[in-house]
Amino acid sequence: MTPGSYLVEVIVENKPLARDPEGETIHQNLILKGGYNQVTSVRAGKLLRMKVEANGPDEARAVVRKLSDDLRIYNPAAHTIQVRIVG
Amino acid sequence: MGKVAVIQFPGSNCDLDALEILRDVVKAEADLVWHKDLDRNDYDAYILPGGFSYGDYLRAGAIAATSPSLRIVKEAAEDGKPVLGICNGFQILVEAGLLPGAVLRNSSLRFACTWTRLRVETTRTPFTNSAEKRQVLEIPIAHNEGRYYLDKEHIPELETNQQIVFRYVNEAKEPTSDANPNGSIDNIAGICNQRGNVMGLMPHPERASLATLSLDDQNDGRIIFDSMMRTLAEPGA
Repeated sequence: MTPGSYLVEVIVENKPLARDPEGETIHQNLILKGGYNQVTSVRAGKLLRMKVEANGPDEARAVVRKLSDDLRIYNPAAHTIQVRIVG
Repeated sequence: MGKVAVIQFPGSNCDLDALEILRDVVKAEADLVWHKDLDRNDYDAYILPGGFSYGDYLRAGAIAATSPSLRIVKEAAEDGKPVLGICNGFQILVEAGLLPGAVLRNSSLRFACTWTRLRVETTRTPFTNSAEKRQVLEIPIAHNEGRYYLDKEHIPELETNQQIVFRYVNEAKEPTSDANPNGSIDNIAGICNQRGNVMGLMPHPERASLATLSLDDQNDGRIIFDSMMRTLAEPGA
């Protein structure tokens, strides 16, 4: 437990079954067209980076996870999120 | 006759159009109410207009959905009062959990501004009770995030509960992919809650309620407001 300021990222993406036209367009019209055929899929999303005061990284992650659910940072009908400590 | 509130959020821009149709066309008693001033469930019907509330930041409708005014709207919805969300208003109702699903970015990745044909799928709502089932209404859309989404396995439930109110269709009244302007699942243009009193749709009926503003001098959008007036005049209609 190290009290301090933690950098937490939230990545919001469409669920796998919800089409992601932005990712598809970047893949087909930019990456494959540019010759990078080894890239087989692209998903676009949204990144939120938050500075959080907490007693440790687990607490920082838990706070962000909770606020993401409480305040609907994502819409669970269509999105998934990943919450991760980056610093 | 009931009184209607048009709720104005920062970034609403179809609020005055809706107000004009209510007051001058269907002769409703209607107020424009700033969202922070709506602190009592005093009105008989509520309209959440189109626009770009809070700049569409985070997700269209997501921030307005946390406005305290939505608590009043929820209360009204629980009382069975008519609640209509148009375009951004639809997005707000979805984000506030009053309607199921999500409204995502158009599959074309382009802002879509065009006339659409809507097939009325149910007349059980307070906004379609003056229409006929399978009647086609020509009403325009103007949005970047209009792709209605719900997990495919939940669509039959929506259908069974008669919660699909409008579908985008072609001239032959068929919901084809060509007639779908934004990639909405099952060509869904508008839905309602289980009870039927809360409805949201992406197209703008207030822009098609006067013949001079509409295709072929029709005023197809008006039937939505006429239905609401009928409901307010004869509860249970």
